[in-house]
Amino acid sequence: MDWINAVLQGLLLGGQYALLACGLSLIFGVMRIVNLAHGVLAVASAYLALWLVQQTGMPSFLTLLVVIPVLAAVGYAIQRGLFNPALRHGELSPLLVSFGLAVIGANLLQEVFTADSRKISIGTLSTSSVELGGLRLGVFSLLTLVVAVGVIVGLQLYLSHTRIGRAMRATKDDPEAATLMGIDERHMYALATAIAVGTVALAGVFLGMSTQFSPTYGDLVLIFAFEAVIIGGLGSLWGTLLGGLVLGVAQTVGAQVDPAYGVLAGHLVFLVVLLFRPQGLLPKAVAA
Amino acid sequence: MTVNTRTGPGTLKVVRGGWPSLAGGGVLAAIVVFLAAAPWFVFSPGDVTNLVTLFALIILGTAWNLMAGYGGLVSIGQQAFIGAGGYGVIKLADVVGLPIPLAVVAAGAVCALLALPTSFLLFRLVGGYFAIGTWVVAEVFKLVTQELPGFGGGSGLSLTAFQGVDRVTRIATVYYLALALAVLVVLATYVLMRSRIGLGLTAIRDDKVAAASLGVAVRRSQRIVYVAASGGAGLAGALIAVNGLRVSPDSMFSVQYTAFMIFIVVIGGLGTIEGPILGAVIFFALQQLLDSYGTWYLVALGAVAIAVVLLAPRGLWGLAARGRYEIFPVGHTVRPPT
Repeated sequence: MDWINAVLQGLLLGGQYALLACGLSLIFGVMRIVNLAHGVLAVASAYLALWLVQQTGMPSFLTLLVVIPVLAAVGYAIQRGLFNPALRHGELSPLLVSFGLAVIGANLLQEVFTADSRKISIGTLSTSSVELGGLRLGVFSLLTLVVAVGVIVGLQLYLSHTRIGRAMRATKDDPEAATLMGIDERHMYALATAIAVGTVALAGVFLGMSTQFSPTYGDLVLIFAFEAVIIGGLGSLWGTLLGGLVLGVAQTVGAQVDPAYGVLAGHLVFLVVLLFRPQGLLPKAVAA
Repeated sequence: MTVNTRTGPGTLKVVRGGWPSLAGGGVLAAIVVFLAAAPWFVFSPGDVTNLVTLFALIILGTAWNLMAGYGGLVSIGQQAFIGAGGYGVIKLADVVGLPIPLAVVAAGAVCALLALPTSFLLFRLVGGYFAIGTWVVAEVFKLVTQELPGFGGGSGLSLTAFQGVDRVTRIATVYYLALALAVLVVLATYVLMRSRIGLGLTAIRDDKVAAASLGVAVRRSQRIVYVAASGGAGLAGALIAVNGLRVSPDSMFSVQYTAFMIFIVVIGGLGTIEGPILGAVIFFALQQLLDSYGTWYLVALGAVAIAVVLLAPRGLWGLAARGRYEIFPVGHTVRPPT
């Protein structure tokens, strides 16, 4: 029973990882940029939500209406102002710029909010659970998993069925041809980053509601999100969902063996996938 | 060195270096001689210990540049080998009983050996995903080190081999070891870059696909620099450990080292031998000056690094030398007939 419980809890944890990872997957899918500031943006979103709750007393979930648009705008600005110019200098430059952003972000957060651990209060929701055949499942974890699936379905529909989504995929496939068709490449990239960072904001606030976070927590977020993307398969959003779930299960089952081995088990599953199936579990199953 | 491409009047000359490079090299040699003589009449023991940090930074920058600047491999996980070098030197000195200088060099060699199997795993990833993959490996190194029996868990290890050695002898040993290793690492990089492998690496730096099409063994060259650079990171880690006398998982395997290396190389000039040395000196000076500002100093460094990447992608050395001057002549220049 303990093991079944560990797997179920892992699936729920995996929902959180998948939610955190889809922004990373989208930015890489469209622009081939690995955004090392990903984790810091998630943690910054959590701090922004916390600050709003403390300053205005607004309900925790309502902060999403502010945090997501603000972070999406930040994403747009980062792409237009920093990543687009960096792309002109080759593939190394965006990586270095995003690393610089990550260092600036983490240290600014530390300066403003101190290194103390915080959590966004969601009242009784954090402790309420439903019972399923003798197992207890956290309501908030279930909600996170549902939101993760919802975001991924939404992104897929958006990319495949809307005008802008099609333009984004066209830009991804062939930027020059897309430009000839009248698509503004720089604007498309910025929109993609805005959407991606918007999902990061959502994921960050959910993270802040479920666990203690601090300015350096972004490092772990980045690593876990990255592992989910690679385990699932590059360029596939469904793969990212699967990757998140696999990573979550690996960590909780590892922790069931010995609490010290949770994170390590996740890393090892990642390395094993890399060794035997480097293209990931669901490589390019669906265009993203 | 002069190579005649044609004979007869109006001969084009292909030259490498020349007296300006010799002069630059002479200045550097003079600085090294000064540094070798200085501890006993200029610097306090505290300064001498600080300078060991500078030498370790030069090694770190040079090694990271060899990998990223020439090999096109951006790793953000070299702290794996910094940590392995740090823990390795303590085990080699305290348990195996090697003398400190030998233990430091052996720790570097162990890191290079560790990097070889690691490379077969990580080379399945390219670009940015290679970068984060190296970080995952560094985290695995850290977590495994914490769990291994005899490695002190979360609190780490202390170096005991220096017990009973008086402070001046200890500081002098570490200082001269660090200075010698920094000089050797820079010279070894220079020799490597002048070799056939180096020529291939320079081609990889400029255009990987074109290099491969001209017969450069890109994968093999990248593996060589990855292993060499990891050995360098291990040497630096070992020096940091014998200088600080203790190691802990969180400090030795900190991703902060990667931030430092990137700043040093990017600010100094990616893909040059001089760049990382200049970058390390600037970084070290800023660190000494701005240490009291705490995190703001890292915020400023991040901003400067972004500005340099976008506005002066060849770094400060690239700005100053404009690609025409090299202290370490690696490239060839065509001179018009005289």
